[in-house]
Amino acid sequence: MSLTIADARKIAQLARLAPSDAELATFTPQLSAILDYVDQLRQLPTDGVEELAHPLPLRNVFRDDTLQPSLPVDEALANAPARTGDFYSVPAVLDAGSDESHA
Amino acid sequence: MSLTERTAWELLTLQQRGEATALDITNAFLATIDRVEPQIQAFLHVDAEAARAQAQAVDAKRRAGQPLGALAGIPVAIKDILCTRGQPTTCASKMLQRFVPPYDAHVITLLKQADAILIGKTNLDEFAMGSSTENSAFQVTRNPWDTTRIPGGSSGGSAAAVAACEAPLSLGTDTGGSIRQPASLCGIVGLKPTYGRVSRFGLIAFASSLDQIGPFAHDVTDAALLLEVIAGHDPRDSTSADLPVPAYRQSLDTPLESLTIGVAREYFGEGLDAEVESAIREALRVYQSLGATIREISLPTSPYAIATYYLVATAEASSNLARYDGMHYGHRTSQKVGLIDTYCKSRSEGFGKEVQRRILLGTYALSEGYKDAYYTKALKVRRLIKNDFDAAFAQCDVVLGPTAPTPAFRLGEKTADPLAMYLSDIYTISCNLAGIAGISIPCGFTRSGLPIGMQLQGAPFAEEKLLRAARMFERATDWHPRRPKL
Repeated sequence: MSLTIADARKIAQLARLAPSDAELATFTPQLSAILDYVDQLRQLPTDGVEELAHPLPLRNVFRDDTLQPSLPVDEALANAPARTGDFYSVPAVLDAGSDESHA
Repeated sequence: MSLTERTAWELLTLQQRGEATALDITNAFLATIDRVEPQIQAFLHVDAEAARAQAQAVDAKRRAGQPLGALAGIPVAIKDILCTRGQPTTCASKMLQRFVPPYDAHVITLLKQADAILIGKTNLDEFAMGSSTENSAFQVTRNPWDTTRIPGGSSGGSAAAVAACEAPLSLGTDTGGSIRQPASLCGIVGLKPTYGRVSRFGLIAFASSLDQIGPFAHDVTDAALLLEVIAGHDPRDSTSADLPVPAYRQSLDTPLESLTIGVAREYFGEGLDAEVESAIREALRVYQSLGATIREISLPTSPYAIATYYLVATAEASSNLARYDGMHYGHRTSQKVGLIDTYCKSRSEGFGKEVQRRILLGTYALSEGYKDAYYTKALKVRRLIKNDFDAAFAQCDVVLGPTAPTPAFRLGEKTADPLAMYLSDIYTISCNLAGIAGISIPCGFTRSGLPIGMQLQGAPFAEEKLLRAARMFERATDWHPRRPKL
């Protein structure tokens, strides 16, 4: 198996997911099997091959920097999980507290 | 023949002759939805009143002699990953269960301008991640030809809706086969346009370098009709190509002279169902009888396509889905915890298992120490896959093969084994990696009555040729008018 439960837990922290121990026990062998499968790519020589990140031969696409109308505040906030006045309401950012284990 | 069994172009003709109104048509499809949805469950959301109001507006325009759009009075079902202003757009995820977009996707704007009737939003694998539509957080869609089987995925709701005559046309999205594979398993036509042919503005992103929107239809003419409406440049998607959109239907019934069909030996290997293979071999004989030349070709990198895809697509997904953090929209945990724990709990509560698996895989493939071995390696193999197709299209006009290795499998058959599910996309995935065009059209049925589809792939922006080649086969066969008994 190419991945341990501890590896999977670390990846979950990087991905900002909080799987339970039972979920990690399911995910780990599944991810290991997929990683073992994708390891077949190592057999293929790719020295000197240019990476292809995107199918179109596009570089940068520019537009004029002109003001466009944007969403009214109420529409922009309509899907907010919590709102205070004209602002999104979120948990305190600077009060790290119990979050230090994720740092 | 009832209204709902007809194609969109027939329904347009009926309206022009005054033999049916947009409201008659819309009511007929709404009645079919009421009748078959308990078995099929293709739709997540149907707004019957809004659909009737759109139909009445089209009828009023027609009576007043005003010009009408190309899809006037034609109901179109929409995969619930395309944003519709003021209507729920859930991606079949608890994460977006209560999300109501403040804007329309570009394709929705174009459908409205074409006077189409937006009849409802269809089920999918959560965030388009899956091949059976079983990963929906809300319901299981069934194959209209056998309701113990999957409709394919991820656009399974859109495919089932057309196959079950709940809508004559629908839109899906295809990241690794999510239009072509369900079209094949449901016995209809499904087209993945060239990357950049259709604007992705308002398509909720899964893998941005692979995603493309395309049509489902009963026949090739209808697919061409819908593609004409949705294709074209949109400044809001800088990857949408600034190329003219041909009038695809104009040349559709003119057979291609000296058509050369490439047959890749890699598409006939282990895992291909015997009945599917014999239907594809028979399709090649049909093309030969129409004067086409069959040429054996090779796509030597294609056995590596699935491995490449599950690194590229998951890497892009892990980045795209980072936006769901419970802050601006989407699910936020009700637990009162700190900021980082709010992110983690909101995401673990909001995302289903397959989405979490793919985020984990993509995060790993991009993480320090592993990126070169996984992501970068996959991008190099992706180049080789594209080179294979460039070489193939120097020797042939289209590449023909099976769309899926087997007919529709049973509900639950592959849910415990993600890798087995991934392998059902083996013939469709290279097309997205290379950014080319692909279409699946019906080419037979198994002895037990399940549809079989064949795939034609064409060079970038060669949809006109692809559709003409598909139409040549369709004219010579009678698979496409068949409808399931429901």
